[in-house]
Formats: sequence, structure tokens, C-alpha cells
Amino acid sequence: MTQPVIEIQHLTRQFGKTTALDDVSLSVPEGGVFGLVGENGAGKSTLLKHVLGLLRAEQGSVRVFGFDPVADPVGVLGQIGYLSEDRDMPDWMRVGALMSYTSAFFPNWDQSFAEELRKMFDLDVKQKVGSLSRGQKARIGLLLALAHRPPLLVLDEPSSGLDPVVRRDILGAIIRTVADEGRTVLFSSHLLDEVQRVSDHVAMLHRGQVVLSQPLDDVLQSHHRFTVRFEEPRTDAPQLAGALRCDGEGREWTVICNGQRDEVEAQIAAGKGEILERTAPSLDEIFVARVNG
Amino acid sequence: MQIHVSDSSGMPYYQQVVGQIRLLVASGRLEPGEQLPAVRKLAEQLLINPNTVARAYRELEAEGVVTARRGAGVFVSEGGSPLSKREKTKRLNERIDGLLAEATQLGFDLDALLRLVEQRGRTFSSRQGD
Repeated sequence: MTQPVIEIQHLTRQFGKTTALDDVSLSVPEGGVFGLVGENGAGKSTLLKHVLGLLRAEQGSVRVFGFDPVADPVGVLGQIGYLSEDRDMPDWMRVGALMSYTSAFFPNWDQSFAEELRKMFDLDVKQKVGSLSRGQKARIGLLLALAHRPPLLVLDEPSSGLDPVVRRDILGAIIRTVADEGRTVLFSSHLLDEVQRVSDHVAMLHRGQVVLSQPLDDVLQSHHRFTVRFEEPRTDAPQLAGALRCDGEGREWTVICNGQRDEVEAQIAAGKGEILERTAPSLDEIFVARVNG
Repeated sequence: MQIHVSDSSGMPYYQQVVGQIRLLVASGRLEPGEQLPAVRKLAEQLLINPNTVARAYRELEAEGVVTARRGAGVFVSEGGSPLSKREKTKRLNERIDGLLAEATQLGFDLDALLRLVEQRGRTFSSRQGD
């Protein structure tokens, strides 16, 4: 086993009375795409800020490439490409100046790759960052994160508020990054269909806790969705042990369960229900069932 | 090669890729000896994880639909599928069961369904002959 790129153990973080992270333990393996999902306020950004060393672990520990990102920022940050959610970039700088300014921080900066990305993203060196559209800002942020070819790419809500064309660029960048042997992408998103498309591994955060962290295939295969028709119309959801969520009205209901497929099927049969369809739920449905079950 | 994956089909992405390439080969739109796009290229085109594409290719290789040549790429196999007759029949039967269920639900009896299958079959072979 290779050492995980990121190892988080028992990380708890409070802001005043709010617990943003509650005993979070996560391990991000090397290579592949790790998708971090959760509602707004679930703790995703706080978690990523700990990975980047922008927040110090008050309780628990964070290791990135084996280093503590707060104690050893040089050892960690030089290996990370980061796109923040608010794309905090100096508005007064021109695109060209921002590129050369950023390149100074990274010994591995690849100028020809940076230029290639700049042309692909149609960014004008003379334009001021402050006058860029939202999509172009995301693209320059992505360029700065990618141009030093970091072993670890961290993207905080990269697609949020962007049009489909820019979202394609971002997903494409994620895919190109992992297609290079051994590089790792960690990204947070509330767009579950995107996460399902590109991730190898998924972790779900809910109210500061990790409710699930597994390879995506395992998550998808261990959950089942049944469409059930009962003999008699029901006014309340059927009580099924092992089911995560039951939705519906009258005679037809949708049941989502995790594992325990046979047990749930037996209960449905006992409750005079006929299973009309067995399908695989999407990550989105699994998430809703897990979080709002 | 024109394939598309959909978020809403309820079928895993690698199965969607496998199914569509199988169909392209069966209908002659992909010819024996033709090269499939590189894993990375197809992943970027479909915007799905490269491992998903690699898995689809492995599955197609196990079925004998494609052949991987080391260092050269993945190609549509010459000749038919090496699957056993029994395995082939089993796979078709699964699809037929699904079709029968849907036909019954939509109110088609077996004769009506057979006529439809015949009709579609003629369109399918005329397209294949192009």
C-alpha cells in the first residue's frame, strides 16, 4: 500500500458554539479523484482549509504527503494546486502579471503549459482580473492551480455558479490531471451528478461528520432502489428496518436501502407489497436518503 | 466514434460505454480492426473518470468484442464473439424478458411484438448494409 496523500484523524473544529467538523477521519489515497460532497455548511470548505494549512488543527491531526501543512507549509503548498471557492485574486492585476507573479512561488511552474492553458481558455494577458467574467475568473484560477503540475489538485466547489461550458473545462482539467499517473484530485461539490461522473472515491459530510467514505463503485453497488406497489393505498410511509428512505403516496412507493437487500425485500413482501422495479439509485438519491432519510 | 453517457439512465457509466460500443460493433459502424480512442481521450470527451473507460474496455476485451494490443491501443476484434453459445443465449434472454415485460405492460401481445421485431430487424439489416 502506498501512503495516503492526505490523512486526517479525529479532526474537530469549532467556530464559537458551532461545530464545523466533528471527529472527522478521512484518508485520501494516491491517484484518482476524491469527491467530497455535502450540503452548504456541512463543513467541506473548513475541511479543505485544514488540508491547505489555512486553519490549524485544534483537535486531531492533518497530514498531507506526511507533513503537517501548518508546520511545514513549504513542504505541502508547493505540491498543491488550489482553486478556492471565492477565487480570491487581486482584481487590480492583469492576467499576464498574475501569471508571472504566481509562477515565482512554484519552482515547477511550466510556462509553456501555462501558455497552452491560457490560449485554450481564451484569456487575454492584458485584461485586468477585476474585469473578467465569472467564468473567465474561474478559468484563470484553474490555470494558476494547474500550471505547476501539482501532484495534488484541490478544488473547492469549482463549478458552483458557472455555465456548462466552463464546467466542462473544469471537469476536463480534473480528468487530464488524474490521467497522468499518480496524481490526485480532491474536490468538493454539491453537484452530485458531476461527482458521480468523475470520482473514484466519495466522502459525504453532514453536519460536520463523515457519514460515508468509500470507493464510488462500492457506494453505488451497495445501495438499491425498489419501486413497490402495495395492495392497499397507504397514508403513511411503510416502516422497513434497513431502509434509508421511503417516498411516495397511495399504493406506489420508492424505497432506498443500503445492503440488507434481502431483508428489505422480505419485509416488503410481508407488508403485501409487490416490487415492480429494482434499480440502482444515483449518487444524488443516495445522498438525499442518507442525509434527510 | 459517437457515444454518449447519461446521468439519468440509472445504469453505471462503464456499462453504458460497454453497451454502446457493443452496439456500434454489432451494427457495423465500428469495423473489425478499427482502433478505439485512447482511454484518456474518450474520458475527456465523455467527461467521465478514465478508470471508468478503462474498465469498459477491459470488459469488452473479456467479451472478445475488442482486442488490446500492447503499446498500440485497443482495436475491434476480427471475427465473432468467443462467448459460448449458452452465455450468448443467456444474455439475449435477459434482454428478451425485459422486452416482454414492457410489451405486456404496454398492451402488446406476443404476435404484435414479433411483428414489430421483424420490422425493426429489416430496418436494422438495411442500415447495416450501407
